[in-house]
Amino acid sequence: MPASNPRFPGYGLGLRKEHYRDFLETDVPVDFVEVISENFMVAGGQPRHILRQVRERHPVVLHGVSMSIGSADGLRQDYLQRLKTLVDEVQPLFVSDHLSWSRTGQFNSHDLLPLPYTEEALDIVCRNIDQAQEALGRTMLFENPSSYINFDGGMTEWEFLSEMTRRTGCDLLLDVNNIYVSATNHGLDINAYLNGIPADRVRQIHLAGHSQGRDLLIDTHDQPVPGSVWALYALAMQRVGSVATMIERDDNIPPLPELLMELSIARNLGAIQSKLAEAA
Amino acid sequence: MKLADLQADFQQWLVHASDDAAGRLGPAAGLAVYQNNYRGQLVACLEHSYPQLQRWIGEEAFLGAAVRHIDDHPPHAWTLDAYADGFHATLAVHFPRNPDLHEVAWIEHALGQAFVAADAAPLNPAVLAEVDWETARLRLTPSLLHRPATTNAEAIWSAVWEGVEAPQGEMLAETGGLIVWRQGFNSVLRQLDGIEYEALLHLQANGSFAALCELLAERLGEEEGVARAGAFLAQWISSELITGVEAD
Repeated sequence: MPASNPRFPGYGLGLRKEHYRDFLETDVPVDFVEVISENFMVAGGQPRHILRQVRERHPVVLHGVSMSIGSADGLRQDYLQRLKTLVDEVQPLFVSDHLSWSRTGQFNSHDLLPLPYTEEALDIVCRNIDQAQEALGRTMLFENPSSYINFDGGMTEWEFLSEMTRRTGCDLLLDVNNIYVSATNHGLDINAYLNGIPADRVRQIHLAGHSQGRDLLIDTHDQPVPGSVWALYALAMQRVGSVATMIERDDNIPPLPELLMELSIARNLGAIQSKLAEAA
Repeated sequence: MKLADLQADFQQWLVHASDDAAGRLGPAAGLAVYQNNYRGQLVACLEHSYPQLQRWIGEEAFLGAAVRHIDDHPPHAWTLDAYADGFHATLAVHFPRNPDLHEVAWIEHALGQAFVAADAAPLNPAVLAEVDWETARLRLTPSLLHRPATTNAEAIWSAVWEGVEAPQGEMLAETGGLIVWRQGFNSVLRQLDGIEYEALLHLQANGSFAALCELLAERLGEEEGVARAGAFLAQWISSELITGVEAD
């Protein structure tokens, strides 16, 4: 069983092209940055050069979107090898991906598709996580997904996450916005969710915004973190304590000061929570 | 339902909007979100990869070609960026009588490929003083991509990129070549005349500078051929196309 990742109680941002210059030329007040792994799994050129420079200044989290940990037919070796090369070069703070699937056979949807929370799916996911962690030589974090379909699989999402971490030793990336989106779309009990996850395995938190679709909430990451997600973040911190927290913005990217302002809200909430925990 | 069957049904829904598969998967509202995400992401990938082509042919024509490409060619690679790779073939089918369009698309795709190609430091001209040119073998940058040029696609692409009116598409009087490579961190494009294109391909194939001189002497005569080989070499070194020289 691989060892759990150490806790890193810092505050970070996702590195996006619009802010490359800020991160290379100024002293951006973050404790870490997170990058999308696949954007840097290339042979060479400017992306790798920028990542090397950023890495000299900040701890880096590699956050993947293409591992497809829930694929029934296993993981792609070429993907794992490329990711391993990047991991070895960057020496990241964490390596993460999503509890979802994207690929079946030769078809790759490039979307984070939902899994049924069945015993069979759990066996497959755990087998794939074992393979990935062995290939990378380290314990990964897996993120709870946003979903728009809720299969009747016999387990709740939090029960699935708990068993997954117990069997594989993996850690969790808790996306608070995803909890809110999925809970709203499927009528889940948010308190039961937070109480049901293995809080001691959470190593990172994502904060993001969403949009109202015609029938469902959509995980768009193109809005500021809304009040509903901040409230849920405060509740989540009571459960998991102080862990690496970041603002995840993927579209409609604002100037960096706006994201740093949001990050300062997270810092303040974290400081309040720490004082409450000390007083208790 | 077994997970493999569920995933096969999801593929059928995303690629073919299969009603049978949808009926086995779940509520229409949720499936519609995934269908929209799938197609929207692929369209966005093509738009991101071919911005000047889209501007040149117009959003409607581009979207028509993109939709056809998505319908006929579901993605396979682990990286979304690779989805842009096969778009040329769809454009060739969609616009069979527009070789200028095919070449503009090639240019745009090649510029993207070169941007993330393997790194290689350009040749330091100081090493040339020690070179035995009879046996010297030259190494070209790994970012180099090329294809024959039959139209004025280079002029069209450059005009669109600069935001000025693009010339009408026309065939070249003589076939030449298009090359794309990376200088530092920037992808660059150049159109070559027929003799320089042949010379560059010849050098890429065997690396020998002496053989290059022989080829050009054959084409242009001894004196002119050797002079042209020297001029090409100087041009290619200064533009960072050459990354190494070794004795045979």
